[in-house]
Amino acid sequence: MMIYGVAILAACFLMGKVLGEGLGQLIGIDANVGGVGFSMILLIAATQWMHNRRWLTEQFESGVVFWSNLYIPVIVAMSVIQNVKGALSSGVIAILTGIIPTALCFFLVPWLSNLSRANSKEVLQEKENKA
Amino acid sequence: MKSLTDILIRDGLMIALISTGLLIALSAWISNRFTNGKIPGPAIAIFSGLALAYLGGYLTGGSNGLADVGLFSGFALLGGSLLRDFTIVATAMGARFSEMKKAGLPGVLALVLGVVVSFIVGVGLAGLMGYRDAESLATIGAGACTFIVGPVTGSAIGATSEVIALSIAAGVIKSIAVTIATPWAAKSMGLNNPQSAMIYGGLIGTTSGVAAGLAATDPKLVPYGAITATFYTGLGCLLCPSVLYLILRWMLN
Repeated sequence: MMIYGVAILAACFLMGKVLGEGLGQLIGIDANVGGVGFSMILLIAATQWMHNRRWLTEQFESGVVFWSNLYIPVIVAMSVIQNVKGALSSGVIAILTGIIPTALCFFLVPWLSNLSRANSKEVLQEKENKA
Repeated sequence: MKSLTDILIRDGLMIALISTGLLIALSAWISNRFTNGKIPGPAIAIFSGLALAYLGGYLTGGSNGLADVGLFSGFALLGGSLLRDFTIVATAMGARFSEMKKAGLPGVLALVLGVVVSFIVGVGLAGLMGYRDAESLATIGAGACTFIVGPVTGSAIGATSEVIALSIAAGVIKSIAVTIATPWAAKSMGLNNPQSAMIYGGLIGTTSGVAAGLAATDPKLVPYGAITATFYTGLGCLLCPSVLYLILRWMLN
């Protein structure tokens, strides 16, 4: 049943939010600390658990996939209701923060690739030495 | 005639759904016709959305974008934080932790570095531009991750709508920049094998940009980049409004 998928999604969503709110109260700030992230982890764990038991049917998945396919339209709708008029004066910052951190991460790609290659070589060498 | 407008306003969600559908269709057409698919349709749609929000603010003097125009009040529900967070959580469905194991330690390191470096540099830039409160700084830093992490962080910690709008715009610009720059920078990044594609996906993270950029570089690399990129938004939504925001708050006090 498709509704099972939607129900599990809603349950994970709520539990994550409650966890986030609770964490916020625990450290004494008025914020939802990481709620959506917790919800996502819960959903991955729940579906993995069901997958391992072969309970994950196509019908169940379609209940979640429907909502995940709606995320771009919802983001578009979200952008339509922002206070852009108030933000326009500092629009330069959007351009800078869109580009500079990304450029920096581009530079990190070859560095991290080399690191991981060196690492896997070392592991191989260790294995050879042991052999 | 009055009754028709009444119905349209009362069932405003329908108008919002129809308008969003039209906007996305139009953006897809513009993307193919004028940019040869180089700028992804969703990016154009989100930017057009921001432009419409400006128009709404200009016409009504309100602070809720187009939702302040009676006929389009349904956008407040469709684009509100409830549906947004619900659909974003749903996107985690396809992800499997077992997939992440394939990317191994370098993949995890790339993900964490990707989120943290973008956040720190974003916060630094926002600070240079004169923002001083932890909420605005963290939201703009989160916007440097993706156009989803920004607004999710912003509404979780209570940032203003202007700052959230900036974080969306920053994320969209990142996604466009990634799409255009990837094929061009692929050689100097050594982006020609599955391992480096996974690291690239983790460091950059913006899913639509990563997929489009890799497709233009070498379609065979797309699934490898996608493995790590799918976890990026989730990790961003987890780290930015929690650990990273708290550290920032602590440093400012």
